[in-house]
Amino acid sequence: MNIVEATHITKTFQQGDIAVQALKDVSLSIEKGGFVALAGPSGSGKTTLLNIIGGLDTPDSGSIVLDGNAFEEMSRSQLADLRLHKVGFVFQAYNLIPVLSALENVEYVMLLQGVPEKERHDRARSILDDVGLENRYHRRPRELSGGQQQRVAVARAIVSSPSIVLADEPTANLDSETGKGLLEIMKDMNHRKNVTFVFSTHDRMVMDYARRLIRIRDGQVDDDVTKNA
Amino acid sequence: MHCQLAWRNIWRNPRRTAVILTAIIIGVWTMLMVTALMRGVSNGMVKNAVSTLTGEIQIHAQGYRSDPVIEHSMTDIQTVENTLTDVLPEKAVYAFRIRVNAIASNARHSGGLTLVGIVPDTESQVSFIGPEAMRAGRYLDETDKNGILIGEATANKFDTEVGKKLVLMSQDTADEMASRAFRITGIYTAEMSSTEKQFAFVHMDTARDMLKLPDGISEVCILLPDGENLDRTASELRASLGEGFAVHTWREILSAITAYLELFDGFMMLWYVVTFIAMGFGIINTTLMSVFERMREFGVLKALGMKPWWIVRGVLTESVFLLLLGSAAGDLLSIVTVGVLAATGIDLSSLAAGAEFAGLSRIIYPSLTVTDVGMANLVVCLLGVVVCVYPAVKAARFTPVEAMAHT
Repeated sequence: MNIVEATHITKTFQQGDIAVQALKDVSLSIEKGGFVALAGPSGSGKTTLLNIIGGLDTPDSGSIVLDGNAFEEMSRSQLADLRLHKVGFVFQAYNLIPVLSALENVEYVMLLQGVPEKERHDRARSILDDVGLENRYHRRPRELSGGQQQRVAVARAIVSSPSIVLADEPTANLDSETGKGLLEIMKDMNHRKNVTFVFSTHDRMVMDYARRLIRIRDGQVDDDVTKNA
Repeated sequence: MHCQLAWRNIWRNPRRTAVILTAIIIGVWTMLMVTALMRGVSNGMVKNAVSTLTGEIQIHAQGYRSDPVIEHSMTDIQTVENTLTDVLPEKAVYAFRIRVNAIASNARHSGGLTLVGIVPDTESQVSFIGPEAMRAGRYLDETDKNGILIGEATANKFDTEVGKKLVLMSQDTADEMASRAFRITGIYTAEMSSTEKQFAFVHMDTARDMLKLPDGISEVCILLPDGENLDRTASELRASLGEGFAVHTWREILSAITAYLELFDGFMMLWYVVTFIAMGFGIINTTLMSVFERMREFGVLKALGMKPWWIVRGVLTESVFLLLLGSAAGDLLSIVTVGVLAATGIDLSSLAAGAEFAGLSRIIYPSLTVTDVGMANLVVCLLGVVVCVYPAVKAARFTPVEAMAHT
């Protein structure tokens, strides 16, 4: 069963007087429980594709269906609801809320979902334990290393059990050891909770971890390889 | 956690928060100080006017106010006295007076003034004239049948002093010219020199004798205890006295002051809004800066599923915290300042002539009411939130990708 169905997606950005076509008629589907890497050089369109799949950006043409929800039929508010309940995001620059502690950053998504305080608290602690931050609950982002911040970001992305986690260059700012640890955590989540992970990356290690590798070049799918388990 | 987040956000940049808080504090302080001064001025005007023989309620014979001559006197004093006893609350005080226009003269000068016949003991309870008002000589007593009290300005004008003679002429009840020589018993001072020039006081019995008005009086002046309902008491007196008598409150007698007081609240509101407009630019600018600085963060929050309205709510919550904090500090500063100034008063003696022309007291005691403070805070907080809607909506309108691209 596919969790993402992208059909004939095109997207053009205007850079001054020049129109840059970031995606050219891209169609792909991603199966539920997948561990997928969108790989390609900078400017290939992988982040744009990831943003469109997550409903952060809209395509010029084509359609996206995520977990049975067709984006073109949804309002902004409905898209926000869909992101809140079904999509988790991990960003290259971590993007944690600087005035909230690690625990509060993770809790915040559940607060938006209306999860009761006690449950929120318990789940946030449990997920931080899972990513190895059991002694860092009350640290603010600036008091955490880059790897720890990214682990908080992963915890935030998966705490509300989304259908899919979209991770944009999650290891780009991390050293290889920290990056590997983070990938292990995500792989474990993928196994244990059947959460679909889609990465945009040009990190060799992420490509190696992925079970399916989709290469993007000049806004088009250049190669799509599923590895044997 | 929304409030916690908003509270922490406003302290992310303590210097900026301190600047905007200072602007709000100064704004609120300015609003309240000007209000307190103006209210002090108006209180002084009312107090002066009430104590300068007006009292809070006056009773006259019908027709006296339009033609204040001796013929329009009240002769049925018993009815008046019985009514006052029945209607007035226990701690109310009142005084009977005879009041006519007269001409005063001595060897050096002559001029018009108002001759007021008083009962010394009761008069000092309802108006400024009493032992404390005496600059020279002494206040009238029951034995002073030929004594007269004149104001300092009159004494200067007539170049006279205590112990000297002053002759007064007026029309009596028989339409004849009545005149009598008085010995100056005391020279009084009043808040305004116009009062000193206008009034000369003699004993009630002396005035009656001079004007051939054995039982009559011109007016009754009443002071009510604090908190008593002025209009209700006046209505009860009107109903009880019936035709032939006219009952007026000080608001009806002093129509110019009443009109000023009615305009006062409108002026205050206008002043609040004008001050806020100056302050509002600072608030909107600072909030915009704060919003643009965190645009990337708003993008992340939207990506996580935060709805635009929730971002508006978050920014407005921060604004409300700043406005409440600034208003509270501004209130505190204003209350302390007004408290200090109210204890000593602001002496306008050097401007006395101009101040008197405007009907002001020589010393102004700034005063604030709960309503003044409430209105100033309401204007600041309400309009503050309104101007912050713009930056808040701006923050909410960007798409997550646009916002996250913000550096």
